[in-house]
Amino acid sequence: MFDTLTGRLARTLKNLRGQGRLSEDNIKDALREVRVALLEADVALPVVRDFIEHVRARAVGQEVMQSLSPGQMLIKTVQEELTALMGERCEDLALNVAPPAVILMAGLQGAGKTTTAAKLARWLQERKKKSVLLVSADIYRPAAIEQLRVLAAETGARFFPGSTDQDPVQIAQAAIQHARTQFADVVIVDSAGRLHVDDAMMDEIKRLHQAVQPVETLFVVDSMTGQDAVHSAAAFNAALPLTGVILTKADGDARGGAALSVRHLTGKPVKFLGVGEKTTALEAFHPDRIASRILGMGDVMGLIEEAEQNLDKQKMENIAAKLKKGKGFDLTDFRDQLRQIRSMGGVGSLMNKLPGMGQVPEAVKNQMNNQDTRRQEAIINSMTPEERRKPGILNGSRKRRIAAGSGAEVQDVNRLLKQFEQMQRMMKQMSQGGMAKMLRAFKGRLPV
Amino acid sequence: MLSFKKPPPSGNTGLTGLARLKQGLARARSGLGAAFAGLFRASAVDETLLEEIETLLLGADAGVEVTQTVLHSLRTRLALGELPDGAALNAALRAELLAMLAPSAQPLRIPSHIRPFVILVVGVNGAGKTTTIGKLAKQLQQSGHSVLLAAGDTFRAAAMEQLQNWGARNNVPVIGQPQGADSASVIYDALQAARARGADVLIADTSGRLHTQSNLMEELKKIKRVVSKLDPAAPHEVMLIVDGTQGQNALAQAVQFHQALSLTGVTLTKLDGTAKGGIVFAIAKKLGVPLRYIGIGEGVDDLREFDAAQFVEALFGE
Repeated sequence: MFDTLTGRLARTLKNLRGQGRLSEDNIKDALREVRVALLEADVALPVVRDFIEHVRARAVGQEVMQSLSPGQMLIKTVQEELTALMGERCEDLALNVAPPAVILMAGLQGAGKTTTAAKLARWLQERKKKSVLLVSADIYRPAAIEQLRVLAAETGARFFPGSTDQDPVQIAQAAIQHARTQFADVVIVDSAGRLHVDDAMMDEIKRLHQAVQPVETLFVVDSMTGQDAVHSAAAFNAALPLTGVILTKADGDARGGAALSVRHLTGKPVKFLGVGEKTTALEAFHPDRIASRILGMGDVMGLIEEAEQNLDKQKMENIAAKLKKGKGFDLTDFRDQLRQIRSMGGVGSLMNKLPGMGQVPEAVKNQMNNQDTRRQEAIINSMTPEERRKPGILNGSRKRRIAAGSGAEVQDVNRLLKQFEQMQRMMKQMSQGGMAKMLRAFKGRLPV
Repeated sequence: MLSFKKPPPSGNTGLTGLARLKQGLARARSGLGAAFAGLFRASAVDETLLEEIETLLLGADAGVEVTQTVLHSLRTRLALGELPDGAALNAALRAELLAMLAPSAQPLRIPSHIRPFVILVVGVNGAGKTTTIGKLAKQLQQSGHSVLLAAGDTFRAAAMEQLQNWGARNNVPVIGQPQGADSASVIYDALQAARARGADVLIADTSGRLHTQSNLMEELKKIKRVVSKLDPAAPHEVMLIVDGTQGQNALAQAVQFHQALSLTGVTLTKLDGTAKGGIVFAIAKKLGVPLRYIGIGEGVDDLREFDAAQFVEALFGE
């Protein structure tokens, strides 16, 4: 749907080749493309203006580095500026106070405060070994308190019950008192969603903030927010001394330009990224990566890190050892690979993180969804160990049995075998010619 | 400015439809409109003025493509000498915007020969599906329809309780199963119940889902399939709820949901803040799906039928 910035620039910058210096003239069109890309990523207009001015000032007169084309030089400048604007490093929560440390969540309706509160509780428990008490000060939305109670039970955090006929401030204060006697390290106060123009409700959250004296006041913002991010962020920042921002629903295909707007307007660091519906789906925020995402360049670092975390190194080493010994890559190994791909969030999630993959049509991505890897695994599971070792013995009758056993069609079995053969060939190339050769083979196969 | 009483007041505050809409969109007007008001007093139309219009449309989330289309058309007419001054430009711009929305502004009508009329409500997380369902159910009830709700959001914690609490307060029966149940089966049950009770309208809630999650989109397709087993024409309305504060991604949402489910209606929520909901132009232009309602507050009456003329009018103000 959206052209990546790199793609856009490639077109504009064709006539810019061979120039040794970036000038006001030769980057004018390119900067216009950058502007469109930022606008399409939902970066707020005033922020775009400031930013473009900044880039222009820096880029003009720059020598083009020998290894780069002028276009790449400009992209490099843009990315550096974006990263600088987003903050240089990933910021942690400041919880070094006498317990209980209070965290207050604030934001518009439907931003994802309650879900994020639960995710944060889980993160604090698992990564920081804190004991967490959750409390909901949302007496307005039906069943909001119940929602947090269920989520708290799911994450193993403690929950302080309030009721809708109480004052939000009283509920929060009682929860903190309770946390003190029960020695909880952190209290997370979830607040009701409110519009930044609703004076009565903004007053209420000011009172709430005053009463609970949080060490962290986190503004929760939907990564799909449009130009309005300017107004809401500015209003919340004016009403409350925010200490950070959490960007939610970042697992979709939104570019998350709102992150840039909010950061620019409030000067507060984005601390976390919500990336899914489960309570584990919270990631520390890395400014450089979101910069790439806004520009449509892919999150390569994130991919590498995730791969390191999730790949079962032992299994990979086993495969490597097997290949070295000259034994073939068999269907059992193929199944291990499928499982690992799934544990990393599926093929789609992998592709989203690769540079240039922005151009892969949605339809292609959809074809490679998790459902397929699961089905393929089922097919392999329905084979006997011998068949997995020697797929050559699979005849029509065996295939029919496997298809029936895994609830698939014979065509599906054939398709799987074909994919397996391709993979096998690639593995062979890898063991013979190394990585470079394999990458070349891989490149030809991707519809970029 | 509207002051919100929470929980939502059910009574009418005595304002007429247009007045309420105008109030709800007051801030949109004071933002976009005020800036325009100054512009249109200009005696001559020049490039700076057009650039200002570009700025304002982009700032309203109208998106690059729509903005360029509008500007291109204005520039063409300018070159032909059709726009001598600010007032003419103002009229041309309004006409342009209105022409984009007008064909899509088709209010939801419940024909008397379809019973129960099934409305399937879908959208991304936090768009305002459940809140909109509450308002819609109440309005339908007030206009004499018997309404049944299906708590099809079986994923989010306490989503069923949210709907049930609301239903209990407003005397609307809610059919649901505990968290984790199959959404399609809940809605199937609810449709059977709606038939048995002779309900006029069944409104089915669903879990919020991002349009990029293909397995969850498949789940929606399944719901549609299962419901059509009882009534081949059902669901009679597949309504996408779009958060009006969202930017260009809302278009991607609409496209994906439309591809999966063939939407028959779009409702735009949360227009009572400073958001201008300009993405609706792009949605109308690209999909041509009927625009049903806009949400401009938390009260029952704050769900208004989408009216293209009023929308554009309220955006500009006088």
